Amino acid sequence: MLTRRDTMALGLGAAAVTLVPGMASASAVDEAIAAFTGGASVSEGGVTITAPEIAENGNTVPVEVDAPGAVAILLLAAGNPTPGVATFNFSEGAGSQRAATRIRLGGTQDVVAVAKMPDGSFQQAALEVKVTIGGCGG
Amino acid sequence: MSDVRPRIRLPRSAKAGDVVEVKTLISHNMETGLRRDGSGEVIPRQIINRFTCEYAGKTVIDMDLQPAISANPYVEFDVKVEGSGDFVFTWYDDNGEVYTETQSFEVG
Repeated sequence: MLTRRDTMALGLGAAAVTLVPGMASASAVDEAIAAFTGGASVSEGGVTITAPEIAENGNTVPVEVDAPGAVAILLLAAGNPTPGVATFNFSEGAGSQRAATRIRLGGTQDVVAVAKMPDGSFQQAALEVKVTIGGCGG
Repeated sequence: MSDVRPRIRLPRSAKAGDVVEVKTLISHNMETGLRRDGSGEVIPRQIINRFTCEYAGKTVIDMDLQPAISANPYVEFDVKVEGSGDFVFTWYDDNGEVYTETQSFEVG
């Protein structure tokens, strides 16, 4: 016989199961980073992410990445259904290794940037953005 | 999409060797492929998947875009201008269309 407590536990379990598919798992983020780095190790720092601490509208969140000297910057949203956001490749005509854009965030989550440096090393940074209204789908 | 329209903002003037800030925006839905219409059918993905900028024949930036880029994709970046030249901005649509905008820039 189901007690009230069992029923609550079942409900919580179901809620957890339904929540999970909407979020990129940690491994999806790791895979995206590995695809970018080719498996090389990544050190912290060297990249600056600028974004609002609290974004009211997840449909359009301004984000700037800056990694002086980098040849490319990978931008990920760790809590979106798929983590990929953009890759910026900087060439000889670039005046800096900085770019700003506007992104969709499905909810409060970490924005991650990984920079590829000219010597083949990689550096990364993460910044939490709190989202009031998510920006995924209708 | 018939309403795709690029907009570019460049500084009024610059001197040789300056780093100038360029702001670009193109009107586009950036349909993620995750949404459903009223009858429950998935709306197919259609986004701008690549953006490039060239100045005076040199590539400045080459960007890959995913569905997590907001509608009407906005990109801001810096360009080193050694002399006068043409800016060429190119956006690549999932449907195969390519939108190009060219603007000449005087360095005085």
